[in-house]
Amino acid sequence: METVNLIIDGKAVQAEKGQTILKAARKAGISIPTLCYYELNGQKLENKPGGCRVCVVEVEGRKNLAPACATEVMEGMVVHTHSLRVVNARRTVVELILSDHPSDCLSCSKSGNCELQTLAQKLGIREIPFQGEQSKYRPDNSPSIIRDVDKCIMCRRCETVCNELQTVGALSAVNRGFEAVVATAFEQDLVKSSCTMCGQCVMACPVGALSEVNQTRQVIQAINNPEKTVIVQTAPAVRVALGEEFGYPAGTIVTGQMAAALRRIGFDYVFDTDFAADLTIMEEGTELLGRIQKFMEGDKNVKLPILTSCCPGWVNFFETNYPDMLDVPSTAKSPQQMFGAIAKNYWAEKLKIKREDMVVVSIMPCVAKKYECQREEFKVDGNPDVDFSLTTRELAELIKQFNIDFNSLEEEDFDMPLGASTGASVIFGATGGVIEAAARTAYEVFTGKTLEKVDFTELRGLEGVREATIDFNGTPIHLGIAHGLGNARKLLDKVRKGEVQYHAIEVMACPGGCIGGAGQPYHHGDFSIVEKRFEAIYKEDLGKELRKSHENPYIKQLYDEYLGTPCGEKSHHLLHTHYFDKSKQVEVEA
Amino acid sequence: MAKYKMHILVCGGTGCTASQSVEIADRLKSNLLDKGLDKEVQVILTGCFGFCEKGPIVKIMPDNTFYTEVKPEDAQEIIEEHIIKGRKVARLLYTDPEKKEHVADAKHMGFYKKQLRIALRNCGFIDPENIGEYIACDGYAAVAKCLTEMTPQQVIDEIKLSGLRGRGGGGFPTGMKWEIASKNHADQKYVVCNADEGDPGAFMDRSILEGDPHSIIEAMTINGYAIGATKGLVYIRAEYPLAIHRLQVAIAQAREYGVLGENLFGTDFSFDIELRYGAGAFVCGEETALIHSMEGKRGEPTFKPPFPAQSGYLQKPTNVNNVETYANIPIIILKGANWFNKIGTEKSKGTKVFALAGQINNVGLIEVPMGITLREVIYEIGGGIKGGRQFKAVQTGGPSGGCLTEKHLDTPIDYDNLIAAGSMMGSGGMVVMDETSCMVAIAKFYLEFTCEESCGKCSPCRIGNKRMLEILDKITKGNGTMEDLENLKNLAGVIKDTALCGLGQTSPNPILSTLTNFWDEYVEHVQDKKCRAGACKSLMQYVIDQSVCVGCTACARNCPVNAIQGEKKTPHTINTELCIKCGTCIEKCKFNAISIQ
Repeated sequence: METVNLIIDGKAVQAEKGQTILKAARKAGISIPTLCYYELNGQKLENKPGGCRVCVVEVEGRKNLAPACATEVMEGMVVHTHSLRVVNARRTVVELILSDHPSDCLSCSKSGNCELQTLAQKLGIREIPFQGEQSKYRPDNSPSIIRDVDKCIMCRRCETVCNELQTVGALSAVNRGFEAVVATAFEQDLVKSSCTMCGQCVMACPVGALSEVNQTRQVIQAINNPEKTVIVQTAPAVRVALGEEFGYPAGTIVTGQMAAALRRIGFDYVFDTDFAADLTIMEEGTELLGRIQKFMEGDKNVKLPILTSCCPGWVNFFETNYPDMLDVPSTAKSPQQMFGAIAKNYWAEKLKIKREDMVVVSIMPCVAKKYECQREEFKVDGNPDVDFSLTTRELAELIKQFNIDFNSLEEEDFDMPLGASTGASVIFGATGGVIEAAARTAYEVFTGKTLEKVDFTELRGLEGVREATIDFNGTPIHLGIAHGLGNARKLLDKVRKGEVQYHAIEVMACPGGCIGGAGQPYHHGDFSIVEKRFEAIYKEDLGKELRKSHENPYIKQLYDEYLGTPCGEKSHHLLHTHYFDKSKQVEVEA
Repeated sequence: MAKYKMHILVCGGTGCTASQSVEIADRLKSNLLDKGLDKEVQVILTGCFGFCEKGPIVKIMPDNTFYTEVKPEDAQEIIEEHIIKGRKVARLLYTDPEKKEHVADAKHMGFYKKQLRIALRNCGFIDPENIGEYIACDGYAAVAKCLTEMTPQQVIDEIKLSGLRGRGGGGFPTGMKWEIASKNHADQKYVVCNADEGDPGAFMDRSILEGDPHSIIEAMTINGYAIGATKGLVYIRAEYPLAIHRLQVAIAQAREYGVLGENLFGTDFSFDIELRYGAGAFVCGEETALIHSMEGKRGEPTFKPPFPAQSGYLQKPTNVNNVETYANIPIIILKGANWFNKIGTEKSKGTKVFALAGQINNVGLIEVPMGITLREVIYEIGGGIKGGRQFKAVQTGGPSGGCLTEKHLDTPIDYDNLIAAGSMMGSGGMVVMDETSCMVAIAKFYLEFTCEESCGKCSPCRIGNKRMLEILDKITKGNGTMEDLENLKNLAGVIKDTALCGLGQTSPNPILSTLTNFWDEYVEHVQDKKCRAGACKSLMQYVIDQSVCVGCTACARNCPVNAIQGEKKTPHTINTELCIKCGTCIEKCKFNAISIQ
């Protein structure tokens, strides 16, 4: 590694050649404020358009101030990060940005999480000397995402995330000068674009220009309606992230406190999506084994690899981008929707209530789930299997609204039977988890033997694209894993061309899987937070008494009492779905 | 090629074409045919002569007679009188504004006397759609010399020695730019001609492309040979249809003649050129934005480094030069660097083309040696201020430049002097202003342009320029405060210091230079609510001179908003609160009693 020597704020600093001033300074413990700059470390994503000009520094011998995020270090460089010239320029630039930004911080969804707010506070800005016209744009809401473009500061993070990380291509800059904003192609509404609603743009947005559709109000109304039985299910990734909203360090497992809080809020039954994740393994695993069996018997029409279908962002992505491959993914519904179907059929029958009198609420690390539960195929006579899907952030908001002292709550258990789960279902929350859970069950079904070594560590990790071959008692099973839609595209393109041979592929739309989902507490680009959630997920798995889905006694009971066999007729009716060609839904108005 | 006794050159530039020059040429031709002289006298549609103020221009060679403001119906007289009888048509000759005398030939016209035409050498001289005429003027001899007698490094050294600097605005040494591109190795390199001319009023690139397109093709080929590029691209705005047409014709002819394409001049060097059309965004003149636009991406700049010479078009080493820069290349190669570097000043060699405009007698395109003074340009070439009014300021460098005053008139024009004076060369816009120009309004005009053309990528340019424009608007409407002036100064300084690209960094120049040179005028607008030039409408007041008004009521009867009161036969008054300054009262007053103050 070639190094260069430079001086930053009087301090001799050694930096890697090609490194930026920003990174060299940070390494040397010198902080330079940034705004548009966004990096997902480890995920090969860096947004540095050099547009906001907040990180400008003075480089001796240079005519203009230099953006630290985009200027490479040079031998002998002398840099001042906080000279009067720099401080004045930085302050003026932030004042300018604020002069074109609504000052409705008190009621903004990003208040407290807004990086512009934090920056203004840091710089001690108490008034904005420039008054003038403010940018106006029409509101644009999709079932998952709210675009409040008036708040856009043109940091371009969403654009970079949408195009480079996710390769979805829904967002890019349009118009010029003061009218420049980030929008969809031809400035269509988001729903008419190629948006998958993965929400990674929401995660990246430093201000309130992108946020999730908030449904806490509707949930409170349902809870307070005496005619409704309100059931809640919580996804695996929520329990390892919710604590962050209450001051716990990243990776703290708060399953018990969460269950207690949900009960305090007033849900009639506090259940667990993990139960449905175990059910998913039964269905998807059976489907996988069925396809492998046929393949080994020489059936030429069998579609391999099977693709997981738990992730709604991913489902939207392949419906838009791979309409020729709609028969490849598993037909199994996602755990959220399996839960909804079981709740509104099996459990409603048990309670002897009509499905209309039951409200199913899910707590998800995801914003795409809001769209998923509104899909027509998941409704019966207009009544959805899952009525409302809240994000982890919305749950935190609910807990705060109900004045619950989360930190002092005693741990409680989920209600039974739909709250019972195994370790296999917990790891659904991390990339590679679904396929590992499937492997644990499929191994035993396929080989008829007991799996001694439950941990398939070769499937774990945070590399964007991974592959592993596991041994099913002499039969090698090739598995592929991708997280982040850009990685999924890479893998899928290879599959489409026939360059790779896998039996099964797991895809999660968000980096890290659901733990890095767009409904989780904001990590502001600090991916180490996601890494800690990742560790917590496997810790939770390890602590579980049962770690294979098919061992869940209530799952067995459900099949015995109600469903019959996995992929049987009833299962097929309740727990499986089909996909649509959405490539033409991306409309362009003439 | 047939030999003719005489040539009639008719300007075929965009300006004269708009004034029927093509029809003039046709009528001249048909008259010649009628008289049986079509084998003796040739009519040629050339590029621009530069003296656009007096177009359409018709020039007779070899006697160098310069006819101005010619109309199609004059064709017959030119043929019958001048061509047949040898008598110049006096009424069409240029009249010296001071001596009030006809000037018989171009050589003796003040407009041309001090000019030195190097980049424009063939404009107005040859038929741009005939490669033979270009070749007859030593065309493609320079590229032949490079390919057959010089190594690429020798070509670069020659350009370096010539001292040629980029004519697009920045003034970066051309030879050095080529050398950097030549040293970056890659399987494919590109040469790009920046023909995205965007400064308001500037049209030198268009004129060169319309008048001498082969010189650009030749220069790009030389550039390609020097840096090791086999592909050339011309990025040209779609608003230049005639220039595009002439380039297309020239490229096709060059291919046909084998001076463009495979194995040029029997060597193993191959080079070809394609056109890329821009949609006319000013920012796309910035080389990184230009490259993104050519790649089909949003036309916005990115931070340099990496420079295009390292990673340009399709991430390959790319050399971008402006049209006027290229126009100098062939002649430097032919006449030698030591010929070229004797012209101009110590650090700015050669000539510069300016688009002379504004309140000046001779509006047009001029090419002058570096080091000429603004005074010589304005008073000798430009023929002084229109209507005998007082000179006030000269704006150079377009929206990126600044306004210079009387005290700068004797400054020799070169890159460094203009920057030191608070302006810049830019691409060569030169707008002369007299006392009827308000300097605050001028600053506002240029800023409106920059706001319109900002790409919106960086906050200082996107929001800062908008805020400055709002402040200037406030001042010109009489609502400005001294605090606004302070904010304006600070903002201008910060934008200059922090904006991402050249457009943003130079956008405050018109404000900074007027703040420096015309501070009193700003203060007058703010404190006295007065515009001394009478240009800011909101600050003007209509006043009836009580000693002159006879009370005829004509003004009061015609005022559309009933702002004028007064009894019959007694002097009237204007209620300035109601007055909309439409000017009807002045028009109707027979006694000149109403004035604007």
